[in-house]
Amino acid sequence: MMSEDTIAAISTAMSPSGIGIVRISGPGAIETARKIYRSPGGKKRLENVPSHTIHYGYIYDRDVMADEVLVMVMRGPRSYTGEDTVEINCHGGLLAVRRVLEAVLHAGARMADPGEFTKRAFLNGRIDLSQAEAVMDVINAQSVYALDNSLSQLKGSVMRSIRKIREEILYEIAFIESALDDPEHISLEGYPERLGEKTALEKERIERLIRSFSEGKMIREGIRTVIVGKPNAGKSSLMNMLVGEEKAIVTDVAGTTRDVLEEQVMLEGISLRMMDTAGIRETSDVVEQIGVERARKYAREADLILYVVDGSVPLDENDREILEIIRDRKTIVLLNKNDLPQVVTREMLKQLGTWPVLSISAGNRQGVEELEEQIRKMFFAGDLQFNDQIYITNARHKDALEKARDSLKMVEDSIAAGMPEDFFSIDLMDAYEALGTILGESVGEDLVNEIFSKFCTGK
Amino acid sequence: MSVLTETYDVAVIGAGHAGCEAALACARLGMETIMFTVSVDSIAMMPCNPNIGGTSKGHLVREIDALGGEMGKVIDRTFIQSKMLNRSKGPAVHSLRAQADKKNYSNTMRRILENTDHLTIRQAEVTELIVEDGQARGVRTFSGAEYRCKAVVLCTGTYLKARCIYGDVSYETGPNGLQAATHLTDSLKKNGVEMFRFKTGTPARIDKRSIDFSKMEEQKGDERVVPFSFSTDPGDVQIDQVSCWLTYTNEETHKIIRENLDRSPLFSGTIKGTGPRYCPSIEDKVVRFADKPRHQVFIEPEGLDTNEMYVGGMSSSLPEDVQYAMYRSVPGLEHAKIVRNAYAIEYDCINPRQLTAALEFKKIKNCFSGGQFNGSSGYEEAAAQGLIAGINAARKIQGKELLVLDRSEAYIGVLIDDLVTKENHEPYRMMTSRAEYRLLLRQDNADLRLREKGYQVGLVSEEDYQKVLEKKRLIEEEIRRVEHTHVGAGEKVNEFLAAQGSTPLTSGSSLAELIRRPELNYELLAAIDEKRPGLREDVREQVNINIKYDGYIRRQMKQVEQFKKLEKKMIPEDIDYDAIKSLRIEAVQKLKLYQPANIGQASRISGVSPADISVLLVYLQGRAGENH
Repeated sequence: MMSEDTIAAISTAMSPSGIGIVRISGPGAIETARKIYRSPGGKKRLENVPSHTIHYGYIYDRDVMADEVLVMVMRGPRSYTGEDTVEINCHGGLLAVRRVLEAVLHAGARMADPGEFTKRAFLNGRIDLSQAEAVMDVINAQSVYALDNSLSQLKGSVMRSIRKIREEILYEIAFIESALDDPEHISLEGYPERLGEKTALEKERIERLIRSFSEGKMIREGIRTVIVGKPNAGKSSLMNMLVGEEKAIVTDVAGTTRDVLEEQVMLEGISLRMMDTAGIRETSDVVEQIGVERARKYAREADLILYVVDGSVPLDENDREILEIIRDRKTIVLLNKNDLPQVVTREMLKQLGTWPVLSISAGNRQGVEELEEQIRKMFFAGDLQFNDQIYITNARHKDALEKARDSLKMVEDSIAAGMPEDFFSIDLMDAYEALGTILGESVGEDLVNEIFSKFCTGK
Repeated sequence: MSVLTETYDVAVIGAGHAGCEAALACARLGMETIMFTVSVDSIAMMPCNPNIGGTSKGHLVREIDALGGEMGKVIDRTFIQSKMLNRSKGPAVHSLRAQADKKNYSNTMRRILENTDHLTIRQAEVTELIVEDGQARGVRTFSGAEYRCKAVVLCTGTYLKARCIYGDVSYETGPNGLQAATHLTDSLKKNGVEMFRFKTGTPARIDKRSIDFSKMEEQKGDERVVPFSFSTDPGDVQIDQVSCWLTYTNEETHKIIRENLDRSPLFSGTIKGTGPRYCPSIEDKVVRFADKPRHQVFIEPEGLDTNEMYVGGMSSSLPEDVQYAMYRSVPGLEHAKIVRNAYAIEYDCINPRQLTAALEFKKIKNCFSGGQFNGSSGYEEAAAQGLIAGINAARKIQGKELLVLDRSEAYIGVLIDDLVTKENHEPYRMMTSRAEYRLLLRQDNADLRLREKGYQVGLVSEEDYQKVLEKKRLIEEEIRRVEHTHVGAGEKVNEFLAAQGSTPLTSGSSLAELIRRPELNYELLAAIDEKRPGLREDVREQVNINIKYDGYIRRQMKQVEQFKKLEKKMIPEDIDYDAIKSLRIEAVQKLKLYQPANIGQASRISGVSPADISVLLVYLQGRAGENH
């Protein structure tokens, strides 16, 4: 069968209840689990236990305990995928599930591709042939979705760093390859030393990304929340109100992957990722058009929309356009400026959609509690969800970064061992590929193009 | 009107490097073969650089030789200088390059062709491919003569609708002023073949007597020459070699070029074909690498019996007067007399994705093709394809399975796979960086990789085959011995290690472990390896490489295993991609366009994602299940 390697993923939805299952499948599944599992007595060995049994114990990532767990061992072909499968039930909350997954990856499993468990189940004859079509749909849909998510979850600055590191690595590969291809034009005299310095530098950059990842700084997390509304409706005031202090709301540089200001807000223990489309403040007519387009774009990506209406002026064409955009989305309508004489009422807005309408005064910080309560209600009613994909993508990204770092380490080892230059490019290419998986970019003709564009070779 | 009609097994169109290998392969495999050329005097001509081999191209020549082709043997007999490039680097990128005596090379190849049984040489321009029921049945020449055959191999090189250009001078002619083939393109188009227009160029040839070599650096050949062919006795190639010379362009040269750019057909738009980026004309280099103060220029002899010198590094399509000014600004060329102008050449070739990996047209059965006609460049690339196309034309007629080398077996496999699965917008040149398993595809082990295939095909003699089997046995035996021979931390051993600047042993070690130390190798260890058997140099070399780079070699072998799995998953020819709903539209379009033979090939098509491949796998599995 196709599957030679062992894959792993979190196989349950990431709900706030905090119970999650990490599934491992493949010929090395039991071996992988054995490496990280410790029974209370320390004697039980998973490779010896009978199939379809459950074992209590702990998962360790190297020497650190990740969670207290129940481990279920199923030997192929009597499992979902038809392969040896281990399922680790974690109880310690979202963080613990992620730590267990990381431990599994460190022990040698590979992060599963979207739809891969199902694909393996099918290829191993565990799913009925009539379901083939469904399986195919899942694979491609999930993969498109995962990539979209993968990119949208990376902060612009992180994406830029990865691109930059990748470019630097590609340049070095191209240089080596040009010299190998055209030794009479390009010399590698003294090059290993230079490459050593360069590799150390890029490796450190990757290390920093891995660290910032572990500290949770790398990834946008939380409920993606967007504030929409026509100019001067009070969007920025609302943002300031939620953030809690009067300050310029610039935490992530505008103009990177998207022109939008972003801020992380904790409401009642729920993390909101606020995106403020009020980032554009010029006063020309064009801007309003842009504003609507932006609203449309972010509304599509958002988990939650906060629609701010200026209650002191009548609804106009702008509002109608926005209403059209947000019609089918999870929305809370905020009737702002309730301290001014009102020409728009809650009842009017309620008639326009099924959304809750709250009356606030962002300028006076009135109504923030009601809003918090409303969001909390929606979250626990299951109307709002963390995106499961975030955790999965998170692990995938980190996995890729660690692979890239290890490959650069091998370059350093090869340089230290005095290996010939052509060996360096093997590991450099591995690092380049690993980083490419984060950005969803494959290698293709990159190298050949780089060689031709940067180096003058040929007769 | 009655016309001449003859019948053959195979018709090979063209007698360049691809055509020669194709015709020889067919004839040697017992096919009655006729080879057409517009001029018998141009057989195996080298219209551009006077070298065979070079980085990665040297690999191709070795592979051609291992499979039973001719190029390696001919260059071994006609070279006038030889070098192993990249000697200071890893074994995977060592590459042989020889300066050829062009005339001698061409004549030697011609003699071999003329004396090969079953092979007929015919001077005539082929103007029409005869296709009946989707199958090639023969060709027609300009005179109307008809040659019926069972398979056709097209190796037209740069002759189709060829046009040579320099400055505002442009004339319809093939390389070196030879007659172009102006009709065949239309016949191919009529049969649904999609054509490209490519371009390449060559520098001027200069009279040796007008060159001042004292202003140049001499470039000598290797002291100990390594032959290309595995059948050549190394003792036979230790000849007196001639030198090449190195000089440089300068700011003055670049100024002349820049001031006359508007007169270059490349920049004025007269030339429409796509040129190769790896082989830029000097005006290209000056424009694209404007910050480089100088470019290297290699002055290389074209042969022993001629004063013509090739000016490597300065191909051009600038007008004649500018060529004079520019060449004469280079140190040593102040009084240069040009024998032949530099020129660019445009020609028709095919979009190679119309071919299978066996180099047969998907839509015209029994029609094969090789060489520049397929959108490649270079003598070696051409010869490699010619050989495969020729072998497969013969095998097709014999009803045998066609020979396809994959990317893990040979550079030839990489070359052909790239041509037939990747978007190709310029003449394709082989490069070592294109071979992902290059650590396994070394020039030094081409015989170990491919002799057996050549033998099975029928182009390698029993004697040569036995030789390689014996070599294999000796290598394996010696590797085993070295892995299992232990040396203690004795005085003699540690003295030896100290002398080599290597850390002394504190306990025993196998010889293999010592070989893996960067500062040591198999040869050096002879001093402490008392029971070492006497082995040939090529065997010792293999032992050293296999032990020294063991870790990397294993890694690549693992990757190859994975790769092979996907290559073996065949896609049925009647697959209907439109019916697979979950495939993305882009993937469906690309897959329909390329019609990959297996999943591995499909995965290399740009625009086909890993998820699409998963979907395909699931679909194929589903299909297989239904049939049971």
